[in-house]
Amino acid sequence: MSLKEAVHNPYSPWMDHAAPETDVVISSRARLARNLANFSFPHQMSPEAAEQVVHAVALALRDPEFSARFGEVELVRLAELAPVERWMLVEKHLISPGFVTAERTGHQHKGLVLSADERLSIMVNEEDHLRIQSLYPGLQLAAAARLADEADGLLEKTLDFAFSDRIGYLTACPTNVGTGLRASVMLHLPALVLLGRVKDILTAVTRLGLTVRGLFGEGTESAGHLFQLSNQVTLGHSEADIVNNLESITRQVIDQERTAREQLQKQMPVVIRDRVSRAFGILRHAYVLSSEEAMRLLSDVRLGVGMGLLKGLTPRLLSELMVKTRSTYLVKTSGRQLSPPERGELRATLVRQALQGVKNNS
Amino acid sequence: MLCERCKQHPASVHYTEVINNQKRQMNLCEACAREAQKAFGLGPALNLQNFLAGLMGPVIAAETPGGKQRLKCESCGLTEEMFGEQGLLGCADCYRYFGDRLQPLFRRIHGSVRHTGKVPQRSRKNYLLVQEVDRLRAELHDAVEKEEFERAAELRDEIRKLEERLGRRGGMGT
Ligand SMILES: [Zn+2]
Ligand SMILES: [Zn+2]
Repeated sequence: MSLKEAVHNPYSPWMDHAAPETDVVISSRARLARNLANFSFPHQMSPEAAEQVVHAVALALRDPEFSARFGEVELVRLAELAPVERWMLVEKHLISPGFVTAERTGHQHKGLVLSADERLSIMVNEEDHLRIQSLYPGLQLAAAARLADEADGLLEKTLDFAFSDRIGYLTACPTNVGTGLRASVMLHLPALVLLGRVKDILTAVTRLGLTVRGLFGEGTESAGHLFQLSNQVTLGHSEADIVNNLESITRQVIDQERTAREQLQKQMPVVIRDRVSRAFGILRHAYVLSSEEAMRLLSDVRLGVGMGLLKGLTPRLLSELMVKTRSTYLVKTSGRQLSPPERGELRATLVRQALQGVKNNS
Repeated sequence: MLCERCKQHPASVHYTEVINNQKRQMNLCEACAREAQKAFGLGPALNLQNFLAGLMGPVIAAETPGGKQRLKCESCGLTEEMFGEQGLLGCADCYRYFGDRLQPLFRRIHGSVRHTGKVPQRSRKNYLLVQEVDRLRAELHDAVEKEEFERAAELRDEIRKLEERLGRRGGMGT
């Protein structure tokens, strides 16, 4: 899928369900921050210099070894995409919201690269000159880190990255210096939320050098019971250590969530079956859905699928629906601005259509 | 989560308002947060940027004979005040100009001041030389401490040789 197609399709290959631990882990990501030596960082550079950076990256992509590994990828400027198309890429987690909102560098000098399978993306002139990012479904941190490392290794043949012999890769923000690596996992933790345990667990996790965020916000009260864990420290540990630490802590959180689900099933089987079936029923038959309600119900349905209480639904379908129910997609698909009631109606229609063929014979 | 004011952009700023003992959380996008700040006179939301500058080390008096002279990067022109406002350094050379004052910040954020991860292919030779110099310097320190002056002299010569090679290769790095 090329970038121009990627902005239309709510499905992204990372939503694939054929991946490890998808009952709890939605996706794994590795991101490397890199800057070109001899250029100021994006917020401190002239439009001419920004343009030179875009050119240098475009050139590096044409390296035969790079295209042999990642295919013929093109660099698209943010200015070439309509605003709603940019937000589609944000909703699909392929670019950061800051990349779209920051005004320091003009959209004509911001570049975006996306591999055909959407596993590798590169933002040019975000906070750093390059943000090399790789996204995998389920718990596949090592694979994600390997892919980003490979892309970095091929790019450095052409590009001279700013590097200090003592403090490593130099980044605009000192919180990224060293490896420049931010590894993260997105987790679905509804049972821990229902049992009121999520706060304690996530607090413990922050003491182990990880950062926790609710999806679509910084707070811990997360929409859709989705949480992102990532490494806080980038200097003084090797890339492998950073990834292994995050992975082993993630495995413990997965165990906790699974235990909580078993407990729900044992202690209140009827309550939980009612909750997930009711959510499914509303999604399947509603004519108006708010964005928040859709998020909440989709989370309940995903829990039902993970616990084996709802059949015939795939995690992929649910992830796709999470993008489809966002206002950005509704505006994109209707081709115009919508009033809130119009959005609610369209959202419900899309969900009904998607669930029409699904037989829940639980 | 969408911004609750414009309902268009993702909310990235979160305020907690307390009115008549009622706590209310406001979730706004950056643009709307700026508006709200003006309209309601809300204080700036806590952010990483203001926070970072506070972690920097103190100005050492001997370094600034002019008294209140502030640090500035000669390459990109970034001043200490600008770092304080944005929490971002301006270029690779900033790391040299702000050098020692960033060390406490690294220690607080990362618990370390030394990179141990990947090294770009083209920096590898230089990197290994710098590692060697730093190792010998530590040994030298040790030798002086133990008053092994002959050993110390040897080490000093070795270090000087390596530093000359480094000089030819284009600097010591940060
Ligand atoms: Zn807004
Ligand atoms: Zn500078």
